[in-house]
Amino acid sequence: MKKIKCECGHVNPEGTVLCEACGKPIEGNQHIDGNKKDSLLNMRYEGSARRSQTYNRSIVDKVWNFFSSVKVGVWLIIITLVASSLGTIFPQEMYIPPGANPVTFYEDQYGLAGKIYYQLGFHNLYSSLWFMMMIALIGVSLVICSIDRVVPLHRALKKQKPKRHHTFLKRQRIFGETKANVDMDAFKSNLHKNRYKVREQEGHILAEKGRFSRWGPYVNHIGLIIFLLGALLRFLPSMYIDDFVWIREGETEVVPSTGGKYYVKNEDFILENYDPQEDKRFQEALMNQNVPVASNYQTNAVIYERTNNDVVGAEPELKVLSREKIVVNEPAKFGGFALYQSSFQLDEFSSMSFTLHETGDESAVLGKFTVDLTAPKMEYKLDSGARVVIDEYFPEYYMDGNQPRSKSKFPKNPAFVFYVYPPDGGEPEVSFAGIGMNIDPTNENDYKLNLAGFDTRDVTGLAVKKDYTLPFMGVGGLIFMIGVIQGMYWNHRRIWLQPTEDGVWIAGHTNKNWYGLKRDIEKSIQDTGIEMPEDQQQLKG
Amino acid sequence: MGDLVTISSNLLYASFFFYLIATFFFGGTIRNEKTGNRGKASTIGISLTIAGFITQLGYFFTRWVASQHAPVSNLFEFTTFFGMMLVMAFIIIYFIYRLDVIGLFALPIALLIIAYASMFPREISPLVPSLKSHWLYIHVTTAAVGEAILAISFVAGLIFLIRQIDQTKSSKHTFWLEFVIYSIFSTLGFIIMTTTFGAMDYQAQFQAPVEEQIVNVEYEMPAIAGPNGGELQTEGAMQPVFEAPGWMRGQDAARKFNTLIWSLLSGLVLYGIVRLLLRKRVAAALQPKLKKFNPDLIDEVSYRAVSIGFPVFTLGAIIFAMIWAQEAWNRFWGWDPKEVWALITWLFYAFFLHLRLSRGWHGTKSAWLAVGGFAIIMFNLIAVNLVIAGLHSYA
Amino acid sequence: MDKTKKKRRRLIFRTLVLAVLVGLVVFAIIGNLSQDDAVVAVGDKAPNFELVQFGTNGERKSLKDFRGKGVMLNFWATYCKPCEEEMPYMQELYPEYKEKGVEIVGVNLDSTKLVVNRFIDKYNLTFTNLHDKNGQVMDLYGISPIPSTFFIDENGNVVDKVIGPLTLEKLEEHLKEIQPEA
Repeated sequence: MKKIKCECGHVNPEGTVLCEACGKPIEGNQHIDGNKKDSLLNMRYEGSARRSQTYNRSIVDKVWNFFSSVKVGVWLIIITLVASSLGTIFPQEMYIPPGANPVTFYEDQYGLAGKIYYQLGFHNLYSSLWFMMMIALIGVSLVICSIDRVVPLHRALKKQKPKRHHTFLKRQRIFGETKANVDMDAFKSNLHKNRYKVREQEGHILAEKGRFSRWGPYVNHIGLIIFLLGALLRFLPSMYIDDFVWIREGETEVVPSTGGKYYVKNEDFILENYDPQEDKRFQEALMNQNVPVASNYQTNAVIYERTNNDVVGAEPELKVLSREKIVVNEPAKFGGFALYQSSFQLDEFSSMSFTLHETGDESAVLGKFTVDLTAPKMEYKLDSGARVVIDEYFPEYYMDGNQPRSKSKFPKNPAFVFYVYPPDGGEPEVSFAGIGMNIDPTNENDYKLNLAGFDTRDVTGLAVKKDYTLPFMGVGGLIFMIGVIQGMYWNHRRIWLQPTEDGVWIAGHTNKNWYGLKRDIEKSIQDTGIEMPEDQQQLKG
Repeated sequence: MGDLVTISSNLLYASFFFYLIATFFFGGTIRNEKTGNRGKASTIGISLTIAGFITQLGYFFTRWVASQHAPVSNLFEFTTFFGMMLVMAFIIIYFIYRLDVIGLFALPIALLIIAYASMFPREISPLVPSLKSHWLYIHVTTAAVGEAILAISFVAGLIFLIRQIDQTKSSKHTFWLEFVIYSIFSTLGFIIMTTTFGAMDYQAQFQAPVEEQIVNVEYEMPAIAGPNGGELQTEGAMQPVFEAPGWMRGQDAARKFNTLIWSLLSGLVLYGIVRLLLRKRVAAALQPKLKKFNPDLIDEVSYRAVSIGFPVFTLGAIIFAMIWAQEAWNRFWGWDPKEVWALITWLFYAFFLHLRLSRGWHGTKSAWLAVGGFAIIMFNLIAVNLVIAGLHSYA
Repeated sequence: MDKTKKKRRRLIFRTLVLAVLVGLVVFAIIGNLSQDDAVVAVGDKAPNFELVQFGTNGERKSLKDFRGKGVMLNFWATYCKPCEEEMPYMQELYPEYKEKGVEIVGVNLDSTKLVVNRFIDKYNLTFTNLHDKNGQVMDLYGISPIPSTFFIDENGNVVDKVIGPLTLEKLEEHLKEIQPEA
């Protein structure tokens, strides 16, 4: 194949379906857009030469052509769509109850279907390799499809001439003949009034409006590509951090993933519920619901910056950076990081008080002591001269077979093995005490420890985020919206007028909204003597 | 305060009746033999529609004042708003194309949606902390507008299909078209059943094991499908015909399943009666009445609605949703089922546009896609909220 | 214009675009696979830190203090059962390898000293144990499951990394790896 010279004198690139200048269908290329003789012309991409469909040589070309096909792109969309829906049949792994083992969870909850779901990897579908590949392939298809179409389309729209080949006009969807003298000046001025750009060549008229809407799809594809690139940047640790920290009231913790640069103190965690008595407007709903509905989660926090640059673990010197009220929807922001209120635990034990009695006689107190659960002491000396030694401390006590153990370091269910040394200095007795439990292992103890009280504190869970990819996402989204609106809310309308021996031919084309085009034509031919053209594609009822 | 709430719900009732009467007037326009649709019936129809829309706006803002937050925060409020936006989208399309037939189909759909909405708890509900954000209103309202405009494309697509599909022989097309009509009847069935049993104050209590605990399960409709392993506690209530299968999890699963069965059965009865009366397919009976409309124009309305609605939907359901999610949950995208289905909807319409623009899918194919898109939107509104509960289960 | 030249240009352009796209896809795949990769990997310099040592009166030790010796850095906690299981092995091999220039350093993640001191007494641990009360060193080394063990040579480079408990044989193999040549 080689360049094609049209009878109008214009030289077209190979693969052209309709001459760029005059629109004459090019012999031998009509199969590309499925044009048939005597039927309407397929006007997509102006019948320009999409490169993909002309070359097919090296492997590079083959890959290129594969991705250049809209058909392939549409299939990629469909596969992604179906795959996405499969992932919602059962909850994703990140949404199953915390602590549940995914290996057994799906089978236990959903039976065989759940087991298959898990084994096929649908429990982690959206971060799976193949799902990401699908999205990546959509990205590739976006880039190549756009490159392959925008260049020739631009060329064809730039090269178009007002003087068109008569078959081009005849085979437009909107076409009409007028056999009479017509008022060309009135027609032109009408077109101007309707905000058409009018060009003339040897009495042939091309009126055009909204050409820029043709670039809409490419603009929105660029937006999408920027968005996807932004998503890629998340894999760079310097661009994106997602971490989490639990902080007990009164404690200061290093903000993770900041290299020890920032610290945060939880001064107070506040949980507020709606009160049916106070919030009258919600009374009915609250009464129906029967469980308290939270109105606010808040952490009163102090953000510190570390001023000394010593090694990690060394005692930090801290400078107050800011005091913040961290509320859902209102994160605290500092130095590129943001802290979000994201979780909490109420009423973790912070201290426990015990009193010592003689067994069977609770009236006389032989001393009282308080164990600070964050720093329990080895030994507590009581007023009566008795001593209590902590032999073992289980912050979150449970029985592992017949062995007491702790599940974690957090005092959620504290229990102790105490040695009680009597006031007279005799042999110690062993006593096991915890929340709601007081065990005398020998059943021969003369002394008994009673829980006299406890203090609790709340724990706040803050998500730590740094996200420098957001601007990319934002710009991508914005460009996408501009492109979509440009392409969807405007349309590219063209009206051609050609003088004939005994009158004129008129034809019209638009990429969408034919109704609008017809109204434009109606308005433009008013008082010109031109007859209203017909819609040749009217579906037969 | 209480008075304002009463005024608000009365306004909603009023708007419902406006739409209902408007539907009859649009029905009247169809008898006109000529295509010229500037008839009296048409003018009255659109006037009533606008009056209804303004009344419903009144409902919306009085409720806003009463609750002190935009009333789009629970299923009733959101669905009602969606119905209202559907009417708005219709009004806009009406003034572009002046097609009465769109109103004849769009208004009943809007009526069904509003009636469906009122089957859910209607009291003003408090906002949990994550919902306290202006982005909530912006996201939810824009998404609803987008979906409503896309719904007009379904309405036009449905009209196109009824008008165009060959009813002389039975085919896949005629089957699925009847199926769509049957689905609409089922929605009506759901509303009738819920209202009827609600008026009777029907209640049946079961004790059933859920997650290894015996809990009380309350039915507000006679149990066709009882809870798995459940025992009827209420005297005189109907014994379940069968038990819901064990793989349906959760306290409410069996009750919802039962409601679904009632809806489908009552839909079947309604459809059956209509079919018996007509003695032919419902679409076949409607077809002659639509013959005078230009199918090309209907097809264009359907496509136009997608091209107007798609950008709005993208903005509301994807972009604003991301901004809010970033503020509330510190991630703009979390693959929550509702989010995934919004993405699916978006991909579907992207697919629609690509097929239409570069592969030339017009007419019947395009109309079926419009129907499919609406099915996905409804699935996201109904099934995802009620069945696949995620973070969004409150909305 | 010369046709072959034009074709060549087109081929180069397409190859370039495809190469960039393939590069991005590969980047995405690698990023996806290495999401939970450690902050400190084998071959890296082990980052320095400083913590209070158990059994002392608030004395601080840093990793640098052990420069010149092989260091086995073990992250553990009393409530972690597999950690507890490997403790006797560590203690058993410690005296022998201390002679050969290898130090065992435990980084404990408990919050209260009492619990850890009792534990150390129970197992008669004689190797160095440091208190990472706020989990700063844990964060520095990007540890999630414990026990996690780093084997560091005399120059401070991470030679090996083991997640999960070690058997006596495995432990000895690893200790030999970091035994300084002398």
